[in-house]
Amino acid sequence: MTPPPIDLPTSDRAARVRLAFEESILPPLVALVIAAVVGDILIIIFGQSPGDVYRQLLEGTWGNAYGFGQVIYKATTLTFTGLAVALGIRAGLFNIGAESQLASGGFLAALVGLAMPSGTPAVLAVPACLVAAAVGGGVVGAVPGALKARFGASEVIVTIMLNFVVLALLNYIVAAHIHVSETLHTPEIRAGALPRLAAVFPMFTGSAANTTFLLALATAAVVWWYLFRMRPGYELRAVGLQPDAAEYGGVRVGGVWAKTMMLSGVLAGLGGLNYVLGYKHYYEEGFGTGSGFLGIAVALVGRNHPVGVVIAALLFATLSQGGLAVNALVPKQMVDVLTAVVIIAVATAVPEVRRALTAARSGIGNRREPAEGGQMGIGTAPGPIDSRFPIPDSRP
Amino acid sequence: MNGAAAVRMAGIVKRFGRIVANDSADLEVASGEIHALVGENGAGKSTLMRVLAGMYPPDAGTVQVATDGKPLRDVTGWNTRQAIEAGVAMVHQHFMLVPTLTVAENLILGRELRRGIALDLRAAEREVRELSERTGLRVDPSRLVSDLSVGEAQRVEILKTLYRGAKVLVLDEPTAVLSPPEVGELWKVLRRLRDDGGTVILITHKLDEVIEISETITVMRAGRTVGRMKTTESTPRTIARMMVGRDVSLALDIREQGTGNREPGLLGDMAPSSRFPIPALKLENLTVPSPRKPNEVEGVSFTVARGEIFGIAGVEGNGQTELIEAITGLRAATAGTVSIADVSGTLRDVTAHDVRARADIGLSHVPEDRHRRGLVLDYSVADNLILGQQHRFTGGAGVLDQARIASNAASRVTTFDIRPPDESLPSRALSGGNQQKVVIAREMGRDFTVLIAAQPTRGVDVGAIEFIHDQLRKARAEGKAILLVSADLVEILALSDRVAVMYGGRIVVTLPGSEASAEILGPYMTGAQGTAA
Repeated sequence: MTPPPIDLPTSDRAARVRLAFEESILPPLVALVIAAVVGDILIIIFGQSPGDVYRQLLEGTWGNAYGFGQVIYKATTLTFTGLAVALGIRAGLFNIGAESQLASGGFLAALVGLAMPSGTPAVLAVPACLVAAAVGGGVVGAVPGALKARFGASEVIVTIMLNFVVLALLNYIVAAHIHVSETLHTPEIRAGALPRLAAVFPMFTGSAANTTFLLALATAAVVWWYLFRMRPGYELRAVGLQPDAAEYGGVRVGGVWAKTMMLSGVLAGLGGLNYVLGYKHYYEEGFGTGSGFLGIAVALVGRNHPVGVVIAALLFATLSQGGLAVNALVPKQMVDVLTAVVIIAVATAVPEVRRALTAARSGIGNRREPAEGGQMGIGTAPGPIDSRFPIPDSRP
Repeated sequence: MNGAAAVRMAGIVKRFGRIVANDSADLEVASGEIHALVGENGAGKSTLMRVLAGMYPPDAGTVQVATDGKPLRDVTGWNTRQAIEAGVAMVHQHFMLVPTLTVAENLILGRELRRGIALDLRAAEREVRELSERTGLRVDPSRLVSDLSVGEAQRVEILKTLYRGAKVLVLDEPTAVLSPPEVGELWKVLRRLRDDGGTVILITHKLDEVIEISETITVMRAGRTVGRMKTTESTPRTIARMMVGRDVSLALDIREQGTGNREPGLLGDMAPSSRFPIPALKLENLTVPSPRKPNEVEGVSFTVARGEIFGIAGVEGNGQTELIEAITGLRAATAGTVSIADVSGTLRDVTAHDVRARADIGLSHVPEDRHRRGLVLDYSVADNLILGQQHRFTGGAGVLDQARIASNAASRVTTFDIRPPDESLPSRALSGGNQQKVVIAREMGRDFTVLIAAQPTRGVDVGAIEFIHDQLRKARAEGKAILLVSADLVEILALSDRVAVMYGGRIVVTLPGSEASAEILGPYMTGAQGTAA
């Protein structure tokens, strides 16, 4: 072999680490700045000072133990649903059913908690409820996975539709059979309840934060380990990136889809524990409404990485709790708008920022252009539909 | 051919970050000529042409273009739209077609013929058919692009540029995806284009093509233009030396010496399978469906012996892809059996086995499309070096053994000279030749009995071709059975002990390599011979 005519500078490891860092941190950061600017404009429209509102928002969330506890509580559910969506996306699947998987997990955990005699030791009761939540979410997740693997049914459609079916079914069961009269919730579980943080740190008194958040962090770590250190994760990511290459590598793509959707459901289902075991100790209709869908945003902002998901979950939980804190100054809905702006900004800014980054040091890293000598199949041809339009690379 | 310059590029510099792709490159192309731009992969040929076609603005230098008999005008930094309006168009290695539309629909995209408010598709198809016949680029305008073979899709790409009135046509490695008869067709088209006053710039590194088709040659190395000459005054050897900067042994040489004079295996007594034919791969009556038809491969039977390279030639799209997929377990056969020898040499029927089980028995596979199948482009080189064998790099409880993955990668990168020698790089960042070496290193660096090598040197540079061919010969000498499927007839003839031609899903002829030549195989490849019975 002749030496390559061009020395690739990417062999410089330190530079590459910095590059990866820029690529993963900078885009969400830019998105947040954009969201903050839009927020400023909104606040000014309401005749308030942005500084005051943001100060209030931070004081009401990270500034006191109660607010912080609420952030932790909300972030816990979002971490589970975010991990569920992220795991799916890593395998090329879009799980929009976290909403019903979460409810189903919570419901089954409540049933098991109810079925056990009171006084069952926690070492038995908690794992039993945990398994129940996993089964509850896993079953709902497995259905679209199996349908996709077997019949090629779009998991997007099936998960959306299952949301209606499952939520209606759960509501029927609760309303018709096991609700406490005058309410839409089940009786309190007899065993398996988890301690709130306030039990250990009295300053958290009143907040819903409970030890489930430790489970959330542990789950994020497990998901990371699974994705990046275990063979099934290696195969899962290969399926998500290039199903044809995975198939070539002896991976049964359909099997990975089915398994991943089930695991995604398991992750969402575990999120139900936060409310059922940790907070209210019963299942209630609509306890997690919105958390499943917000999980999509969490995965998006967290770049489908378990660490990113935890951070993004904290961000969205902060915004959600912060909305209550600033209610006196601006309507709570303003923060909902802000949340939407963050999502839109991330969805649009991330590709843009990455493109700008790539252009700024074009040729390094994940560009294919300077390397000659490969032809892409028709189906895999990226980018422009038609050469009349400037291809993305022609942008300055 | 009037000889006035149609394109003049001077002092072109194009950097990508710290990579200098073009380092003061010059190019002058006369109008009405076929000009070959040659050089190794990474020499900067494509970049230079992309600057010409308006895809990249140059960092320095000037681009001048003359079309329609006007004098040269400065167009430095124009965009693709302006380039196309001026009649400068480029046909890329990867196609930019909408797979879900028909050929005609792809061609008229953006300049649709209308009848009232409706698209006049019939008129469009007629127009496309006329153009197709006039230029000799035959393709059915009503077919979906997703159903086309790669060669056909390329014809559509060329048609598209002509349909838009291209006067200066740049083709980036057009023959990489074509078989000899298709190449011959392409040359006819290009010559006709030239005779009509068009200018053709051909990016290539295949020297026989350069000699055959071009009038003038510009050689690039390391981002610079290092030579310009008349084709009549050059030989493959002088061009190759200029490209690489040293002497290389060319597959071409072997052909020049006559097809019978093939290098034997290193262990002389192992090589010709006829002496001790121990079958290692056996197909019996294999019939394989595709989405298009139920018998894309029909009743194929052959045996490949240990220490033999069995070459399958043929125009792309005659069932080779489906045949390979059926052998490797990627596609289910509807009839027939596949048997593979395990390490003890026993033939085992693997028809019901999946991809992984076949690989475990001893099947290695260099797939025809490394970007789609052979590599997960976003995975590191190290991770790609275990693809398909990930279960062998797994410790207890499904945990990947990172230490072994790393040591495996380090040794493969050294043994197979993968550059740059950094196994943590994403595979996407490697050149085509080095990507292919990753695939070769993975598939040939482990124990195997049978190797399916599909288009093993497609889109790789001269130096890497030499290396890959050496690896194939070495494997043959070690007693491996190799099934070589290639659209490159030169490669087939240079390596194979026996040659078969596939046409219409069948093996239409099988010959000893010593009796095969392009002249003999050609008629079989086009279906003119061997299909009557």
